[in-house]
This record gives sequence, structure tokens and C-alpha cells, in this order.
Amino acid sequence: MTRVWRRTAGYSAALFALLLGVVTVSAGIGPVSIPAGTVVAVVANAVAVPVGVEWTATAVDGGPLTAGLPLRVEFAHPFAFPVSSTQEAIVMRVRLPRILLAAFVGVGLASAGTVMQGFFRNPMADPGIIGVSSGAAVGAVSWIVAPAGVLALLGPLRPLLAGGAGLQIAAFCGALVAGFGVYLIASRDGRTPVATLLLAGVAVQTFLGAVVSYLLLHSGESIRRVTYWLMGHLSGASWSEVAAVAVVVPALTLVLFAYARDLNVLLLGETDAVALGVDAERSKRVLLAVSSVLTGAAVAVSGVIGFVGLIVPHGVRLLVGPDHRVLLPTSALAGGSFLVAADTFARSGVAELPVGIVTAAAGAPFFLYLLRTREVYDL
Amino acid sequence: MIDRSDGGSAPDDGDRGRDGASDRDGDPPMIAVRDLVVSRGGERVLDGVSLSVDRGELVGLVGPNGAGKTTLIAAVNGTLGIDGGTVELDGRDRRELSQREVARRVATVPQETNTAFEFPVESVVEMGRTAYVSRFGTTTEADREAVERAMERAEVTEFADRSVTTLSGGERQRVLFARALAAETPGLLLDEPTASLDINHQIRTLELVRESVDDGKAALAAIHDLNLAARVCDRLVLLAGGRVRATGTPREVLSDDALADAFGVRTAVNDDPAVGSPMVTALRDGDRGEDGS
Repeated sequence: MTRVWRRTAGYSAALFALLLGVVTVSAGIGPVSIPAGTVVAVVANAVAVPVGVEWTATAVDGGPLTAGLPLRVEFAHPFAFPVSSTQEAIVMRVRLPRILLAAFVGVGLASAGTVMQGFFRNPMADPGIIGVSSGAAVGAVSWIVAPAGVLALLGPLRPLLAGGAGLQIAAFCGALVAGFGVYLIASRDGRTPVATLLLAGVAVQTFLGAVVSYLLLHSGESIRRVTYWLMGHLSGASWSEVAAVAVVVPALTLVLFAYARDLNVLLLGETDAVALGVDAERSKRVLLAVSSVLTGAAVAVSGVIGFVGLIVPHGVRLLVGPDHRVLLPTSALAGGSFLVAADTFARSGVAELPVGIVTAAAGAPFFLYLLRTREVYDL
Repeated sequence: MIDRSDGGSAPDDGDRGRDGASDRDGDPPMIAVRDLVVSRGGERVLDGVSLSVDRGELVGLVGPNGAGKTTLIAAVNGTLGIDGGTVELDGRDRRELSQREVARRVATVPQETNTAFEFPVESVVEMGRTAYVSRFGTTTEADREAVERAMERAEVTEFADRSVTTLSGGERQRVLFARALAAETPGLLLDEPTASLDINHQIRTLELVRESVDDGKAALAAIHDLNLAARVCDRLVLLAGGRVRATGTPREVLSDDALADAFGVRTAVNDDPAVGSPMVTALRDGDRGEDGS
């Protein structure tokens, strides 16, 4: 219905503008404060347009796209605003990777949370409801505590793991194994009842929680790193992490958008959805798989950041209503802004906090405020 | 005008559909069920049921609680699997059709739906078009027109923008009916469409069903109120214990001894003095029980 698309486009444009604004402002905040205009100039200066390619006899290290290939690419820089190299380095090397990582993780968690709440018709559902986050935690904590054990287990992935992304890959694998395991446990004869899935998810989460606690006991000197990861943090973000989520998150979020109508119909109950022509089991499989991979990717690069996937969809639902064609894109964009803002707060205090503490500490009171002042939409 | 147009008294009327085949120019019946077996939890809920519904015909499914009426409707619209026999929709085996194709042939009005979320009425009716909208596409002009027509027909246009959660039971039932009409299917399935309604809304809902049938739809409706069923349906199918106990015009089915068998209670059947259709009264042991027919 055109009216729906008009609303989607209107809200999305506004929230996208908000996200750009939050990112720009955030890039200026820190020990050295940088005016927004300078931030824009720095980003514009970084714009590079490939204008020429040259074959070379040997491989050259010419940036992430052509690494290892015998290619030399010429880039033209259309903008050259006068900015100090210190400011440029602060924005491009320190702040922007972290901010963009926060934005993509926020988008991913809020989209997955919206889908899970609709899918389970349960307002308490969050992205980790089927055990994905707990699985990621086991993967990550195992890597920190006993990397040799993880290497033995993930033998074929050894080259990848050795490349410095071992923690992320171990977490991502843990997420997928847990999510898929819960799905298999809850499925019988090609059907996956939502209630069974929910209970299986809770049970597996509890079990994996026990595994993490046990690993914590034996973590010795790495306990600080483990705790920090478990609280969710974005410090030390790298451009390669940004590149990974910049591919995975938008692509999977778009797949979820394509299922927004199915999600609406599934809200009426599965029997109704089937009678209306939706292949409910297939749609459920796609929604579960995509939002689990999305959550797994987000958790792998940021640890377990709670509450974003729970609070943001609720807040946005109050604003735009339950129609997922409007709710999904808006809540995704709002999630990005929320996490960037929360992380800016986390890193700008006297001592840096894990962002998970900020999202929970700010999110929970906000949620209670919503509960008291307005009736939270039932699903 | 709610009562069935032919009065149900024409002698040839009872033969129609008794053998499960259509008598209309060799067209296959819109809904044809043959020797249908459906098991749930290891128990046969339907055990060899056959019936058919033609276009322009309203067939009432009656029978005691647990007779398998809802199961039969679910087996026809694809929400339940089939363990034996066939369901044909417009001559095509249901199991060879995708769920989308099934939903373009028969639309279902459920007894109740999960309406504990604040969708506006128009969005709910628009969901009736689900089987026509492609995953990456948006609704077309044709979809919008179908939604508008359905809302007008079911008289819900006036609260198109209201949330379904704010509607009364009767209004909500009309919204679900509009949703089924919006699908513009030749077949219509109704599962106790009047169960939760007061007598005024019962009549109005069935009036809407009757109108659609007179316009050429084939409708199969589970109705537990025998008198109401007798009044509006062209034919009745009496289900009990997962089998068809009787089929024919309301007068034939209701005066049949099968009725007493199926419900396990003595009954008296009289003509309703107001509308002339058969009227069933269940008798207690002490009642005299004169047979009205």
C-alpha cells in the first residue's frame, strides 16, 4: 500500500539523517574535541575514486581490495580540505572505525530483535533468545581462555583463526552452532513450533551460561579480558571489523525487510498465516537463520551488548506501530543511532566503560518509563 | 434476504452433491473431498469423509463438538496435512498446489484470530491479498481495489483506520470476513463464523455469506447452531465421530434419525413458525418428544 511505503520512506529518511548526525557529532567528541565541520572535511578528504589500474610483475600491497594481487590501483582524491593531520588521524584511525562498528552492530541487533519479538509474539524476546549470544560467548571465552583447544576443534579454519580474528571467528562459530542446535532440538517432522523453540532456547542459554561460568573459573589471568568481552564493548575496533559488518549487516537486514509482510501475517498466528498463503515453516526458517547470523556477526565483533535488541524495537513500535514494513527499517536505523550514542557516552567518561553497561543502565529506566507512561504495544 | 433462495424443498435438490460430483456442465466442483482421513496425535479425527461444494452453493457442516468440523476445514485450506484420500480444489489436487495457489482458490474465515496487536483494520483486510503480492513487490491498484470492495461489502469501511484491538467481537468477525473476501477466491471456508456473536450479528454475518454465495462463490461453513444452519444453507453435511452421518437438504438431514444418533440426544424437529425452516429442539428424558415432521 503506497501509504505504508510513504511512511516507511519518511521515517527512514528522518532516522537516517539522525544517524548521520549522531555519527558526525560522535566523531567530534573525545579527549580532543573536533568541530563537526572538520569531521565532514576529513571524511570528504578520504573519499577515493579509482581512476587507473596497472598490472605489475609482482604482487603489491596496495590496500585491502587488491592485497596480494599484481595490481596497482591509482586513486584520485576529489576533495582536499585543509585539516591538520592530527585531527585526520584521530577521526579516521581512532574514532570512525569504532563509531561505524557501533552503528552496524546497532542496526544488526535492533533488526534481529524486532524480528524475534514478532516471530515469537513475545515482548521479552531479544536477538539472543535462541541461544545465539550464549553460543558466541562460549566461543569467545574458550578462545581467550584456551586458544589451543579452539584451534584443535576448528582445525579447518586454522589459517583464518591465526590471522588475528580468532576471537571473532570462534564467537561467530559458537553462535551458529548454538542457534542451529536449538533449531534442530525444537524441530520434528519438518515443523518447528514457536513455543518449543522458545523453551529450547532458554534451556540451551542456561546450559551455555554454565559453560561460560566454568570457563571463567579457570580463566586465570585473562579473567579481565573475558569479563570485558562478556559485558560488550567496542574499544579497539579495526577497519577490517568494520568492513566485515558493513557487508554482512546491510545484506542480511535487507533480506529481513523482504520478509516483513510474512512477519506481519505470522503475527496473526501460524494457522492464519498458512491459510492466507504463507509457507509458514519456510518463512520461519529464513527469519530464524538470517536473524541468527546477523546477531552472531554483531556479537562476534562487539561482545554481548544487551538491551539494544529489546528496547529499540519497543520504543520504535510506540512511534510507528506494529507493521513490520515500517517497523523493521526504522528500528534498524534507530538501533544504529542508539548504540553510537551509548558508545560515545561509554568512551567519553573519566574511565572507559564497556558499552553493554551503558545500554543496560540507560535502556532499562527508559523501558520502565515507557511501561509506565504508555501502554507498550502488545505483539 | 438471508434464507436460502430455493427454499430447499425442490425434489432434485437433495441429489445434488450426494454422490460427491457436480451436476453443472461437467465442471469439477469447487471443493471436492474424497475419502479424507486425517489423524491428530495418533487418532483418526476424520475417517473417510467425502463431500463436495459447487459454485453458488452454501454447504453447512454440522455435528456435535469434536466431530471433526474444524479439522475438515483445516484439511481443505492446507493448514493440516492429509493422511488419506484427496482434497480437490477446482479439480486440482490440493497437495500438488503450493500454499499460495491454495490461498488463491479458497479463503478462510477463522473462528477467532490473534488480534492482540494494534494493526489498523485496513492492514488486516489487506493481509487477505498475501497470496497475490510478490516478496519484493508492493500492492498493486488491483489489490487496493479488492481491499476496498471487500471492506465495503463487509461494512467495515467506516473503521478502516481503527485498530482491530478496539473493535467488538461482531465488528472483528466482519473484518475477518472482509479479509477473506479481499482474497477474491472462488471458494470460501468458514469455521464457526457466528460462534461468538449475538443473534443480530449472527444473522448479519450469515447474510453476508449468503450474498457472496449468490454471487457465485462456493462456501463450506462449520455451524454448530442447527437452526441457523438449516435456515441459510443449501445443503447440510452431518459429521459425527469423523464420518459423514447424513447429507442432503436441511429438511432431510435434520429429520433423519442420524441426528439423534450423532448428538446422542432425542430431538424434535418442527417448522420454525417465523421463517418456515426446520427447527430442532433437543429433548430431555422427561420431555414428551412429539416428532414434528
